[in-house]
Amino acid sequence: MSHDFLQMHLKAVISCLLIFLYKVHTTKAGQFFSSGHTNNWAVLVCTSRFWFNYRHVANTLSVYRSVKRLGIPDSHIVLMLADDMACNYRNPKPATVFSHKNMELNVYGDDVEVDYRGYEVTVENFLRVLTGRLPPSTPRSKRLLSDDRSNILIYLTGHGGNGFLKFQDSEEISNMELADAFEQMWQKRRYNELLFIIDTCQGASMYERFYSPNLMALASSQVGEDSLSHQPDLAIGVHLMDKYTFYLLEFLEEVHPASQANMNDLFKVCPQSQCVSTPGHRTDLFQRDPGSVLITDFFGSVRKVEITKDTINLTSPVEPPIQRSGSGDIQIESLTYVDQLPVAEIIHQKPKQKDWHPPDGFILGLWTLILLVFFQTYGIKHLKHIF
Amino acid sequence: FDSRLPLVNRSDGTKNGETFAPAKDQFQEELVIRPLHSGDIYASFQFRTLWDTDFLQEGQKKVSHYRLFPKSLGQVLSKFSVQELHISFTQGFWRTMQWGQPFIPSPPGAELWVWFHDTVSDVDGNWKELTNVLSGIFCASLNFIDMTNTVQPSASFKPLGLGNATDHRFLRYATLPREIVCTENLTPWKKLLPCGSKAGLAVLMKSEKLFHSSFHSQAVHIRPICQDEQCTSKAWELRQTLNVVFDHYTSGQGKKEWSLFKMFSRTLTEACPLASSSKVYVDITDNPELFELSPATPLLSQAVVLGDRRTYSVYDLTRAETFGQLRSFNLLLRWKGDNMLRPLLHAERYVAGFGLQTGEIHTVIYNNHPYRAFPVLLMDSVPWYLQLYIHTLTVTSKSRDNKPSYIHYQPAKDRHRPHLLEMLIQLPPHSMTEVTVQFERALLKWTEYTPDPNHGFYVGSSVVSALVPSMVAMSTNFTQDQPLFSSFVPVKEESSYFVRVYTEPLLVNLPTPDFSMPYNVICLTCTVVAVGYGSFYNLLTRTFQVDEPSPPLAKRLANFIRRIRGVPLLA
Repeated sequence: MSHDFLQMHLKAVISCLLIFLYKVHTTKAGQFFSSGHTNNWAVLVCTSRFWFNYRHVANTLSVYRSVKRLGIPDSHIVLMLADDMACNYRNPKPATVFSHKNMELNVYGDDVEVDYRGYEVTVENFLRVLTGRLPPSTPRSKRLLSDDRSNILIYLTGHGGNGFLKFQDSEEISNMELADAFEQMWQKRRYNELLFIIDTCQGASMYERFYSPNLMALASSQVGEDSLSHQPDLAIGVHLMDKYTFYLLEFLEEVHPASQANMNDLFKVCPQSQCVSTPGHRTDLFQRDPGSVLITDFFGSVRKVEITKDTINLTSPVEPPIQRSGSGDIQIESLTYVDQLPVAEIIHQKPKQKDWHPPDGFILGLWTLILLVFFQTYGIKHLKHIF
Repeated sequence: FDSRLPLVNRSDGTKNGETFAPAKDQFQEELVIRPLHSGDIYASFQFRTLWDTDFLQEGQKKVSHYRLFPKSLGQVLSKFSVQELHISFTQGFWRTMQWGQPFIPSPPGAELWVWFHDTVSDVDGNWKELTNVLSGIFCASLNFIDMTNTVQPSASFKPLGLGNATDHRFLRYATLPREIVCTENLTPWKKLLPCGSKAGLAVLMKSEKLFHSSFHSQAVHIRPICQDEQCTSKAWELRQTLNVVFDHYTSGQGKKEWSLFKMFSRTLTEACPLASSSKVYVDITDNPELFELSPATPLLSQAVVLGDRRTYSVYDLTRAETFGQLRSFNLLLRWKGDNMLRPLLHAERYVAGFGLQTGEIHTVIYNNHPYRAFPVLLMDSVPWYLQLYIHTLTVTSKSRDNKPSYIHYQPAKDRHRPHLLEMLIQLPPHSMTEVTVQFERALLKWTEYTPDPNHGFYVGSSVVSALVPSMVAMSTNFTQDQPLFSSFVPVKEESSYFVRVYTEPLLVNLPTPDFSMPYNVICLTCTVVAVGYGSFYNLLTRTFQVDEPSPPLAKRLANFIRRIRGVPLLA
């Protein structure tokens, strides 16, 4: 009796376990396809100029490095750096930007492509990149060519205040402008989901005004608080990173392309004990639960791979027809190089008449016509006073 | 790498009786190392891709198969009908007096000059689009090149390649002296090479060492050249050059001892498999007995370059024995003597004057040849906000007036076009020629100032082009075996060589307004209005009324009792 009961109990337990495992498996698989995006883009902006704002460039480059490492290619990253720190004459180690003191980690690296640099980083260019309204001759690497199934990561850093972010010490972008730009992007179906991270003083004020759906925002400090920098390096002479991005970089270094870390872990990065300021986040506009959103949905890149074992036959190559004609009949003249400094030719060069002057007779004829019309209208008797 | 690609000397038959066209492109790479007398060392890389095809021929099938030639540049050439393209990015200034003449000169910042094909109808439109496309390819802000800094030289910058199109309507020249060069420009440049930075000489290009130098210049030169000796058809040549001068104090620890590992933190392990020739040349002309070079090589070559016959040790990287037992090639140079190269032509430029209103630009050109005079063509392109007074232009040599035989001047149009001044000056032997012109600084509109206006505004380098008499006869034959560094400029006559010298760029301060003033003015005006208007209003409308103070408590009580009694009240 007890043996049967035990067996039944065991069977029930095993079946329960199997059902549970099956459910977990389907949720995992379901999770893989539930995010709904097919490509990833990143727009990383550093808005500060001058050598003492080295840390903002280091912030942006560390996010660039993580994003590249997790799979987003350079063609899908728009990197905007307002000033050049790596090859700045004050940099004691040229072509490097460090994020840790004692020069442990060079976030600049050997393979970096900056799309907007120096004076090109302006509010207008930033908004044009977001909304896609760029002049037709803009090259592809400077455009955000996202569609309605793109997940976009936007990272801004610099000096900011309550409701604005300063660009290059000469202009600002307000939180209302940013919210409107995102609304334009939503209306034009330029994103599927958007993650907005900002590391400035009073950063939370920048996401207060968002009103478009599918936006998630993170900031390094609340309104009324300052974001602080992490540590200076005595050899370089400036602060290397901001606290929030430093701990964000440490967190992202643990993430690999197959990692299952989700947004709730990201919200816990840099609590007040480490950051001194209180990081904030906003998820009310986001439709999915943040716990089900993977970090790699925004920081990594989706690659849907289909493995096949079929063989494919390639066609034989098409060779272009040999165009060199026989040199028998046609007399080909030999070409020559141009003289680099033909002194005699230059001295006798006539200057070109570029501006078109009307011929002199034309002016005379015009005035004659005007005079004739005048006298015709007002009477011929005035004519004798002229002639 | 692909074994299916056709090779030139294939002895076996091909499959199915098909005949493949022979490979029409080839790639050569070389590195020239020249020790300089100050202890520094000059390394010049040149990568050349030759391709027998014609992008611009109409009626032919459009080029679609790219093998060694990079596709991004090929498409740019055919789309914009470019005949010649020269673009360079430079950090630092070439010190002619200390280092001699470079193989490929370049001004600080970015320089772009392009000859368009004579079938182009809208040159300005093509130029604008070309600069935008190139800014995307090279990750540089070349899109700042527009009509305000583009000039059309009338006599300088003749084409370096084949062609009879010398109508200068098709030439455009622009420089951006403020442009910085960093790893983000080197990365796409390296990607244009057939082997990338994985094999061959390009493995030496590590940005941490290359940018820690006194001078760094990378350039791309595209031009049509003769395919063979008879010169009946054209081939396209793409040359990518990288010149770098390492300072022996900052990177050499002060010793006149260099090795490839010390310069580049790498050694060479193999030649690029796609290269038909891969060589390293070391200049050992001066003081060979005081010069120590290892590993030794019996291969020597003499080349006439820049008017001088020099001897080079050649290391051929396509031969396996160059790499020795360790399969790695590291060059060691040690020298004790001085080899002073005195350049024959040298130019300087500076701004004179004081204050923020007027100034004077002085360009000084030195002719160090003891007995020969030669003409130079000076080209100056000054931005519109320095308003030149051309009536104050003076050219003096040996304190006497020297009248130029050709002057071309195009005045500037505000916010539209810069000044262009081209002069052909005959330099007397062993003399100093000074060109001075006065200017006035303009006040820009508020929005035209850069975010850091107190840094100053840059004026691009002047270009001095000259045919300098040569001490050694130059060879005018065109041979494919000539080393690349001596075959860049086509030689027309034996007694002189063509050289281009760039001066320093100028940094001038324009009168800068105080950008905090609008806020201060608003505060001040509002205060004045409030105080002034407020007082005036009060004066006109305020009336005074007498108001008695309330009596003390005892009096109030007394009055209250008196009122009850019906007795008159107290005062």
